[in-house]
Amino acid sequence: MRNGLGNQVGLLARRSVIRTLRQPAQIVPAIVFPLFLLAVNSGGLKDATNLPGFPTDSYLTFILAVPFIQGALFSVMNTGTDLARDIETGFLNRLALTPLRGAALLSGLLAGAFVLGVVQAIVYLSVGLIAGAELAAGPAGAVVLLALSVSITVAFGTIGLFAALRFGSGEAVQGLFPVFFVFLFLSAMALPLNLLTTDWFHAIASVNPVTYLLEAIRSLLIEGWNLGDLALGFGIAAAVGALGMLAASSALKTRLVRT
Amino acid sequence: MESSNGRSGGIEVEGLVREFKNGPRAVDGIDLQVAQGEIYGFLGPNGAGKSTTVLMLTTLLPPTAGSARVAGYDVVKEGPQVRASIGAALQEAALDPLLTGREHMRLQTALHGLGKGERETRGTELLERVGLADAADRKVGGYSGGMKRRLDLALALAHRPRILFLDEPTTGLDIQSRTALWDEVARLAADDGVTVFLTTQYLEEADALANRVGIIDHGHIVAEGTPAELKAEIGRPTVEVIPRDQGERERTAAVLGRFGEHANCAPHAVAVLLSEGESQLAEVVRALDAEDIAIEHLQLHAPSLDDVFLAKTGRSLEGAGDEPSESAEAEAVGAT
Repeated sequence: MRNGLGNQVGLLARRSVIRTLRQPAQIVPAIVFPLFLLAVNSGGLKDATNLPGFPTDSYLTFILAVPFIQGALFSVMNTGTDLARDIETGFLNRLALTPLRGAALLSGLLAGAFVLGVVQAIVYLSVGLIAGAELAAGPAGAVVLLALSVSITVAFGTIGLFAALRFGSGEAVQGLFPVFFVFLFLSAMALPLNLLTTDWFHAIASVNPVTYLLEAIRSLLIEGWNLGDLALGFGIAAAVGALGMLAASSALKTRLVRT
Repeated sequence: MESSNGRSGGIEVEGLVREFKNGPRAVDGIDLQVAQGEIYGFLGPNGAGKSTTVLMLTTLLPPTAGSARVAGYDVVKEGPQVRASIGAALQEAALDPLLTGREHMRLQTALHGLGKGERETRGTELLERVGLADAADRKVGGYSGGMKRRLDLALALAHRPRILFLDEPTTGLDIQSRTALWDEVARLAADDGVTVFLTTQYLEEADALANRVGIIDHGHIVAEGTPAELKAEIGRPTVEVIPRDQGERERTAAVLGRFGEHANCAPHAVAVLLSEGESQLAEVVRALDAEDIAIEHLQLHAPSLDDVFLAKTGRSLEGAGDEPSESAEAEAVGAT
């Protein structure tokens, strides 16, 4: 009899990956939509590089950080919708009647977000480099960028899990998507923080964690190795992931009231 | 009867209550005993408390009061042991449309801790038993309702449970699928000694399958016994007459009143329990004819479980379910 936590996580992870790969409707928009916005933004805002203090003369390189965050936002919706569907169909009750541990359920469900995160990061970076973007940190930087992107995707995925467990409906989870996009738009998405001259916008972007996630990715693309920015990016991803898991675990206890 | 570990393979319930916030008592102090290997039919309309009872007995919903032991384990204090002893197919076939039948079996057997080799053997055996061997590698999203229900049953049996809970397992199925499922459930109890707790709103299902039946209404068990015992309580057959002219309803009732006491029936009909049995039918027809009452419809029916339900609750089981769904209430506490 093999039924340890690791084994349970593996079983649920396998299911999550199979589900993700069998839903092109989850994968395609999460890749295509950010690339579409990348094309629009890099073409329409390229004159921003003429502003004094702009960190690079390639707006494409600057804006390439954005698809990684947009892609991660899709993981909120995908992970949350999958779990919400399990709640709605009663599949969660089926799992609850097995010796499955809550931690295994949540970790396993994030495996789909992990796989999607890897695919997204490889596609965004490849498309960006082919289109002429720079990667100052070189090949090793690509590996770190991949790790950072996946960390952000999985961290955001925990928010999807929490939303699904809290609200129990796929529609409610999908309703959160625009809210998360507001976080992206109120960050240093289109311009670096030091060039945001509108006071209220600068103030919000300064406290918006998304700004620092973008800066961590940009540091690899534009500067090379900025350990401070990277540490902050990974730290924020870890904090969001930890808080999300904590909230999701608590919501799971409320949702699954098995004795 | 006890199993090798000294625990009973049955169900014992005492004063079980479930009260929802701002709602009625979905289950209001029920007592019941189910012996090992018995098929117990839990019959009642929607909202009667059937599913809430199943959720409590399967440890998915804590009771507000009372106690229940399943397979000898307390449902509140020994939840993991209860879950290890039971299999359950709850109201909707809870399946993942993106996985195949075989992938479901692999996941279920693995989560229950079966070894890798045994998982494959057990999965294949169960898929064959429920007639899904050919469809095993197809995604469940393409299964029919009957196939989903059969897979649901196979999944509930994955870890060889001693007690099986089936919550309205044949709702929405065609007669062929329903009969196939009945055969399998009967075989499980007869050959494997599995105790079956079956909720249903189909009278014929309880009649055909259950050794004993409990009738629940508004959270109370209003009758319990073998189907034969319950029908014998009612005893006499009923004759129901619909006069062609509804204005003749009172006169019809007066004529029928000579043959026995009035029984509940549809508003436009008149019914009596024949005091001397079905031999009075010819006299009834002659008496109505003598009074020149034209008959739209006349029916003699032997006592059924519906008559038992009618006698105990004053309502017919059919149509008695237009009440708030208990599963909706259970959902309100996150327990569906």
